[in-house]
Amino acid sequence: MKKVLLLLLALTTISVSGFAKGQQSADGDMPAAAGDSKAGGVLVFAHSGDAVGLDPARETDGESFMIADNIYNCLVEFKPGTTEVMPALAKSWDVSADGLEYVFHLREGVKFHDGTDFNADAVVFSHMRQLDENHPYFEYGPWKYWGYMDMSAIVKDIEAVDTYTVKYTLNKPEAPFIANLAMNFAVIVSPTAVEMYKEDYTNNPVGTGPFKFVSWTKDDNIVVERNEDYWGQKAYLDRVIFKVIPDATARTLALKKGEVDIIDFPSPEDIPGIKATDGLKVVEQAGLNVGYLALNCEKEPFDNKLVRQAVNYAINKQDIIDGVYGGMGQAAKNPLPPGMWSYNDEIEDYPYDPAKAKALLAEAGYADGFSTTLWAMPVSRPYNPNGKKVAEIMQANLADVGIDAAITSYDWGTYLDKTDMGEHDMALLGWTGDNGDPDNFLWVLLSAPAAVKPAGNIAFWKNEEFTSIIKEAKETADQARRTALYEEAQVIFKEEAPWVTLAHSLVVEPMKEEVMGFVLYPTGKRVFSEVWLQK
Amino acid sequence: MLKYILKRLALLLPTLFGVVTLVFFMIALAPGDPARVMLGERATAESVEQLRHDLGLDKPLYVQYGLYLQRVVKLDLGKSIKSGQKVSEEIWDHFPATIELTIWAMIFSTVVGIIIGVLSATRKNGWIDFASMGGALMGVSMPVFWLALVLIMIFSVHFDMFPTGGRMNIRYYFTPITGLYVLDGILIFLKSGDIKVFISALHHLVLPAIALGTIPLAIIARITRSSMLEVLNQDYIKTARSAGIKERKVIYRYALKNALLPIITVIGLQFGLLLSGAILTETVFAWPGIGKWIYHAIEARDYPAVQGGIIVISTTFVLINLVVDILYSIVNPKIRLS
Repeated sequence: MKKVLLLLLALTTISVSGFAKGQQSADGDMPAAAGDSKAGGVLVFAHSGDAVGLDPARETDGESFMIADNIYNCLVEFKPGTTEVMPALAKSWDVSADGLEYVFHLREGVKFHDGTDFNADAVVFSHMRQLDENHPYFEYGPWKYWGYMDMSAIVKDIEAVDTYTVKYTLNKPEAPFIANLAMNFAVIVSPTAVEMYKEDYTNNPVGTGPFKFVSWTKDDNIVVERNEDYWGQKAYLDRVIFKVIPDATARTLALKKGEVDIIDFPSPEDIPGIKATDGLKVVEQAGLNVGYLALNCEKEPFDNKLVRQAVNYAINKQDIIDGVYGGMGQAAKNPLPPGMWSYNDEIEDYPYDPAKAKALLAEAGYADGFSTTLWAMPVSRPYNPNGKKVAEIMQANLADVGIDAAITSYDWGTYLDKTDMGEHDMALLGWTGDNGDPDNFLWVLLSAPAAVKPAGNIAFWKNEEFTSIIKEAKETADQARRTALYEEAQVIFKEEAPWVTLAHSLVVEPMKEEVMGFVLYPTGKRVFSEVWLQK
Repeated sequence: MLKYILKRLALLLPTLFGVVTLVFFMIALAPGDPARVMLGERATAESVEQLRHDLGLDKPLYVQYGLYLQRVVKLDLGKSIKSGQKVSEEIWDHFPATIELTIWAMIFSTVVGIIIGVLSATRKNGWIDFASMGGALMGVSMPVFWLALVLIMIFSVHFDMFPTGGRMNIRYYFTPITGLYVLDGILIFLKSGDIKVFISALHHLVLPAIALGTIPLAIIARITRSSMLEVLNQDYIKTARSAGIKERKVIYRYALKNALLPIITVIGLQFGLLLSGAILTETVFAWPGIGKWIYHAIEARDYPAVQGGIIVISTTFVLINLVVDILYSIVNPKIRLS
C-alpha cells in the first residue's frame, strides 16, 4: 500500500505543472459582526437530498426551498415558527375595498447580493416572468407552483407605480393572495443576475436574503455565507453548509460524531437514542400537513353517509400512529392541521368503536359487511411514512366489522393519476400546506369544484353547503369572519365524513446543544438567519 | 498484437449499440409517467400534458428511439429532465467520485486479496487457511450496506477513528481540480504546502473503500488460493524447490506469476462490477458519485439521465474488459494466437 501511495505521489509531482487553479479557503476568514458574542462560526446542516435548483419559482421540492429560504426574501414572510404573515421586502400594503387591488410599499435601500438595487421593477420582473407569456424570461419556466396556486387566473396585472411602489390587480377577490406571496415561488430575484445567467440562473442564485450563495457541489453540499449588507438583522453565522447525507442512520451518526450540527428527517426509531445522547437536543413542531383515507363518495356504498361514519368508527388511529409513525405523529380530527388559524378544536373525533361501526353498517343495510378496495400509496411522505403498513392495519380493523378490503397499489405517478380520476374505492393520500391559509387545504381537497376529474378532491365529495361556505371565506378579506366560516365548514366535514382524517406528522429536528435560536416552521422552512452557536 | 486489439475494438460498437437500445426500451417501457412523477401530487392534468409534450413523450416510441440514437451518435446525451442541465455535464460532475472510490476499493481488494490468497495456499489446511477462507466466505455473503453501517458503527462511532461519510471534511471546502480528491489534495499540497485536504480525503476513503472492496477481496482471495495451489503442484515448482531456491522466491517469482492469469480476469470483472455496484456504498457514506446519481434519476424517471448514466458505465465496463483482455494476452501470448 505504501508503494502505491509513493508511486501516486511521484506521478502527480511529474504531472503537476499543468494544474494551477486549485484554491482553498480556510474557516473563519469572515469578520464577525462587531461586538456581538453570538456572531461567528460555521454551521453544517445535513439534509436527505440535494436541491434540484436554486430558482425557487421553478422548483417544487423542499430540499430546494430550504436553500432558497436563506438566500431570498419575499414581499411578505411568515413570522418565525408560525403561518402568520408579516412584512418583509414590502413595509406595508393597502387593499382596495373591492379586494381587487393590492398596493405594496417597498423597503428602500435594499441591495441584491450582486450589488444592484432592489426596487419595484425587480418585483414586477420576478412575478411577470411567471405570469406574462410574452415576457422575455417566461420561457425559462415551467413555473410550476405559480400554476398550482392558480396565480395566472388570480392576477390580472402587476405594475410599478413608482420606484418603491408596486400594484397588483386581481381578476377576482382572493383572500389567500397575501399568504401566497409568502411562498417560495414568490421570491424576489435580481433581474440583472437572471438576465446575465439566463437558464443557468438556477445554479447562480442572487437574492436579497441574509445569506449569499457561494458554491454548489452537486449531490454533496451547498455553501452560503453571511450577507454583510443585509437590510434586516444580520445573520450571526459566518457560513452555513447544506450537506447531503441520504441515509437517515448515517445522518444520525454524523450528528452524534459532531461532523454536522443539525439533521433533517431522522428515522423515528433513532429519536430516543438521540434524546439520550449527551450534547444533543431535539426541536419539535407539528407539521402543517394531514394524512387521510379518502372515501370515494361517487361509489357505492360510500355514497352513504352512515357507511362513511362506520368506517371512521372502525379504524384504530392510535394503533396506526404508534405502529407506523413511531411517535412522530398525532391523531388528526380535522382536515386542517392544529397550528393553522381557524382550526376548530371544539370538534370531537370519531372514537375507535367497532360495535358502533357494525351498528351503523347494519342501519345502512350492510349488516353482513361488503367487499371493497383500499389503495395504499407506494411512497413515504411526511404525512404518511408508510402507506402500505397503514393500509394493512386498516385492513385488519375493517375486517373486524365485516368490511373485506383488498389492498391495491401502483407506482406513484400512476397512483396519483388513477386516484385523480376516481378509480379507487378508498385511497390513502395527504397534503402538506404551503401558504398557511386554510383555503390551501379545504378548497383544494374538499370543495365541489375540486371534485372535477382529474380531481384534487379525491373523495369526490360534493357538498354544496360546505363549498358555498368556503367560497364565501375565500372572497372575504376580514379574517375574523373567515375564521368563523372555516370553523363552521369543519363541523359539516366531520358530520359528513368524506375522509378518515388520519394524522398530522410531527417535524423533529435533532441538533447539537450549542445550536441556539433554531425555530421550526410548520411549513417546513429552514431559516438560519437567527441561529447562533454557543461557544 | 495490433490486429487483436483492433478486432476487439471493432466488437465495441455493436456491443454499445446493443446497450443503448436495451437501455432505451427498458426504461421507456417501464411503468409510470415521468411527467406525472416530476410534477407530483399537486399538478394539473394540463401541466402534465404540457410537460409530456415538451419532453417529446407524446411522440411514438420509434420516433423517440430514432431521435435518441441520432443524438447519442453525436455524443449528445441530452438534458436531464429533473435539473435541466446537460446529462454529460452532470455525469462529469459525479464520475470522478465513483472512479476514485472504485480505484481505492480495487487497490485494497487486490493487494489484500492476493496476500491472503497466497498465505492460504502456502499454508494449506493450516489455521491461517481456515480463518482466511472462512473470512472470505463471510465477505462474499455480507450485504454491502450492512457492512458499511457496521464499519461506521465500529470504526467511526465507537472508536472515533474515521469519519462517517462524505469525501472531505466539509468545513474546509476547496474547488476540485481533477475531481479525484486524493490527487487534488496532493496538487494543493504541492502548490500551497497545505496537506489537510490530502489527509482528509484519504481519511474519508478508508471505510467506503473497505466496504466496497470486501466482496471482490473475498473473491480474489479465493481465486488466488486455488490458482496458487494448482501451480504449486506442478513439476517445475518441485524442481525449483529441490534445486534449493529460496521458498519466498519460488512462491512470489515463479508460482504467483503463473497463477496471475485467472486473477487478472477476476480483477477486471470485479472492477466493472464495482463501478455499477457502488450505489449502496455511496448512499450509506453520502458519497456523491454516479451510482447514487443514477439511483435518484431512476426514482425521478429522468430518462435522459438514466440512459446517459448507464451508457457511460457500460462503456467503461466494456473498456475495462478490453484492457483486461489485452493485459491477459500480454501475460499469456497463447491466448491471442487462438
